[in-house]
Amino acid sequence: MTTKGEMDDALLDKREGTIDNEDEYTTWVEYWLMDELVHRSAHVTLKKMPTFAGAEMAIF
Amino acid sequence: MCTSFMGELLVGAHQFGSVTLVSRTSLTAPTTDTFKAALYLASATMNAGTTVYTTTGEVTGAGYTAGGITVTNGTAPTATNSSSTAGTAYWTPSANFVYSGVTLTTAFDSVLIYNSTQGNKAVSVHTFGSQTITSGTFTLTMPTNNTTSALLRLATT
Repeated sequence: MTTKGEMDDALLDKREGTIDNEDEYTTWVEYWLMDELVHRSAHVTLKKMPTFAGAEMAIF
Repeated sequence: MCTSFMGELLVGAHQFGSVTLVSRTSLTAPTTDTFKAALYLASATMNAGTTVYTTTGEVTGAGYTAGGITVTNGTAPTATNSSSTAGTAYWTPSANFVYSGVTLTTAFDSVLIYNSTQGNKAVSVHTFGSQTITSGTFTLTMPTNNTTSALLRLATT
């Protein structure tokens, strides 16, 4: 799905990327129609809990 | 500390102080609370000091409902001893968080898990690199539900 409804992939420029660091592994995909972004999705996998959020890992 | 106790904390088996609760129907066999997951803008201040769900700083956009999505809770908390003096109690949602068919044009970078049954009390905040979504899907994959990776962990060492 795009901002313009269902579109033929062949009409669109597909761009993909990843973020891979100690905190997360993320993939994203974008579809562009000329200079217009018509679709963007992202998939985030957390690798570890943020250190500031002590509630997630309480050591007694 | 006894590992079983930590697991029992996660299911509300002990009460050291008074608290005002929404009824869980039965005093001896209370129902499980409902938890939700809401997304927050990168400009919002969400951290360990967060005490309750708020619409302030929450994402807005087509396809997204204020309050977020309901967390799938199909696996009860687990408490596991690693030695005679240490152990971990842990819990992880049993399904990924999936926000489908949304447009979120302002960058967001955190998700708040909160208890929507008990006055929207905050449980945890999890941050990630800033994202936007355009007529798409945002998926947050849950970690492995074990002593070292579970989303919520209480541990003795």
